[in-house]
Amino acid sequence: MTTSPLFLPRDTLDAFLLALRDSGFERILGPMARDGAITMREIDTAADLPTGVGDRQHPGHYRLTETGHGRCFAWANGPQALKPLTFAPRETLWRCERDDDGRLAFRDAGLRHTPTAVIGVRACDLAALRIQERHFLGEPDPDPHYAARRDSLLLVAVHCSHPADTCFCASTGDGPKAESGFDIALSELDEGFVATAGTDRGQQILERLGLAPATMAQGEQADAEIEAAVRCQTRSLPGQNLKDALYARLEHPHWDDVGRRCLSCGNCTAVCPTCFCHAEQDEPVLDGGSSDHLRQWDSCFTAVHSYMGHFLVREETRLRYRQWLTHKLASWHEQYGRSGCVGCGRCIAWCPVGIDITAEVSALLGSGDAQS
Amino acid sequence: MHNPDRPFEVEVVERVEETPTIYTLHLRFTDPGIERSYRCQPGQFNMLYLYGVGEIPISIVSDPDSRGPVEHTIRSVGRVTRGMEMLRVGDRIGLRGPYGRGWPLQEAEGRDVVFVTGGLGCAPLVSLIRYVVERRERFGRIVILQGVKHSDDLIWRRQYERWQRLPDVQVLLASDVGGPNWPYSVGRVTVLFSQAAIDPDRSIVMLCGPEVMMKSSIERLLAIGVPPEVIWLSIERNMQCGIGHCGHCQLGPYFVCHDGPVFHYPALRPWLGVTGF
Ligand SMILES: Cc1cc2nc3c(=O)[nH]c(=O)nc-3n(C[C@H](O)[C@H](O)[C@H](O)COP(=O)(O)OP(=O)(O)OC[C@H]3O[C@@H](n4cnc5c(N)ncnc54)[C@H](O)[C@@H]3O)c2cc1C
Ligand code: SF4
Ligand code: SF4
Ligand code: FES
Repeated sequence: MTTSPLFLPRDTLDAFLLALRDSGFERILGPMARDGAITMREIDTAADLPTGVGDRQHPGHYRLTETGHGRCFAWANGPQALKPLTFAPRETLWRCERDDDGRLAFRDAGLRHTPTAVIGVRACDLAALRIQERHFLGEPDPDPHYAARRDSLLLVAVHCSHPADTCFCASTGDGPKAESGFDIALSELDEGFVATAGTDRGQQILERLGLAPATMAQGEQADAEIEAAVRCQTRSLPGQNLKDALYARLEHPHWDDVGRRCLSCGNCTAVCPTCFCHAEQDEPVLDGGSSDHLRQWDSCFTAVHSYMGHFLVREETRLRYRQWLTHKLASWHEQYGRSGCVGCGRCIAWCPVGIDITAEVSALLGSGDAQS
Repeated sequence: MHNPDRPFEVEVVERVEETPTIYTLHLRFTDPGIERSYRCQPGQFNMLYLYGVGEIPISIVSDPDSRGPVEHTIRSVGRVTRGMEMLRVGDRIGLRGPYGRGWPLQEAEGRDVVFVTGGLGCAPLVSLIRYVVERRERFGRIVILQGVKHSDDLIWRRQYERWQRLPDVQVLLASDVGGPNWPYSVGRVTVLFSQAAIDPDRSIVMLCGPEVMMKSSIERLLAIGVPPEVIWLSIERNMQCGIGHCGHCQLGPYFVCHDGPVFHYPALRPWLGVTGF
């Protein structure tokens, strides 16, 4: 569902936050400019939002800038947005208690999370969320930890009007407009926001505010900004399904080339909103009688990811990069029916040596080799 | 929602020392309800948890129709397996499973069954050999080709010798390094193919062991006219979760923990032997 657009004047933003709290979302996360980056943090009032803050992103480069105007969503995604909220970087899955006779009892970790509204979610991250939901919540073993975190969230999207130089969501089909997966979606204009609801609970929250319908001109202005955001994206992938093209190039010499530049640091997997790999480990609890079983983010760029005792499946960086790229853009289609890349550009900006997934794919495929 | 990651308590009811570094644990669920409802197939695996140390994937070797304890044969190689070596009867560990796809028992019925194993990755296949031998009348001829690195590595030697004496069973053994007590062939498992009596039209083939060994064995099989469609193989990858979440066991498009560990060769053909997958 998407409701007909309402207009939320800029000076009612605080009333909007209040309506979220009154609807049971005790905690509100929104973008904040902190430590040189836009990150999602707990906000109290609209004054916490990054008004006048923009960003400049290039391969291996991310800087905040001043925009000189009064908008607060005039930036492209920072290093992380939604993923840590649903797939925690580190969490306990269960605890094992051992009594004096050596008997073991396995207890589930707590699954209660504060109801949280997140403001400023981008289309690419909503697309990534859908992918991770398929991964963690699909049959036969849906993950209750992921489910509990996901269920605690209300999502307020803001359509992207200021993509970075690194963004290419238009070519993956995942943005810049948030088409679904949100409770409420906003388009930011100078004087306020065009708001639509995507769910009943989103609609109920908007109804509390008694907003007037957006005018035709406001609707057109919002659409025009999204159109402009599409046009300003210069990067792209040469197709939405590169499976056959990449599988045909598993022994291409370019893997050596990128393998020489890649530091195997795993930054790309940490910032990627779709990467789901994690390691499990056990940690004794200080009481001496129990042990926690944890999972924490892992990366196919680490050596232990493919450790098999007597050998590593992927000893060389070249092979790890190939695993990453072919998983993202090829085998993902077989596993989840779509590419694992939503075009957010984070792996490009946060790579310390500026490796650019779109450029690597072009080099592998050669020009004029695009797939449908 | 049930927490699929959480193990159940099992008790060690028997421990068999197979060799100085290989042991078999017989495990019984302490919850009788789970004990009654637990079902598994040869080729599937469980995740075993040692208190405070960690969890590892281990193949199930007990017969699927036995209502007795779940059996696991484990080789000590690292943190968890060495810790489990210390377990004694009465000790408790965690177990969850069974996971993955086992051997194609139905497809095998009525056919000659050829087993090819190499190195030490034999546990998942030995359980299948036992299964077939126990139900001899449902299968055709049995051909067992087993390769080991060193003659001392052949565990269950007496069992192989017993199988060898059964009617319509051919057992061929090879060791990379022979020795005074090794009356069998010396060399890789592939040296055995010239002696094996395999009817390509009646056979189904099950392989387990190092991937290079399986790949070269499959080349031999195809060369004597065995169709790819009757070849099955068991694969190992690093596993942390066993339920398709952690991403460690990926092999091309597959998650070995739930698309395998037993694979139909045609599905794996593009990936087998490609370094890095
Ligand atoms: C489907 C499957 C079935 C298996 N069946 C058996 C069996 O029946 N008997 C047996 O002795 N071994 C079996 N293995 C191998 C066994 O899982 C490893 O030997 C074991 O994980 C080593 O753990 P460790 O902590 O002692 O060793 P370490 O070297 O300390 O390993 C640390 C961690 O790395 C991972 N790891 C290391 N080696 C392997 C490996 N070969 N495979 C998967 N993960 C690994 C595990 O997460 C392990 O906890 C099987 C593996 C798989 C994937
Ligand atoms: S691969 Fe890169 S651009 Fe694609 S979703 Fe992941 S971080 Fe974003
Ligand atoms: S295998 Fe690599 S690319 Fe795929 S999800 Fe895991 S970390 Fe990401
Ligand atoms: S073992 Fe975790 S995904 Fe297969």
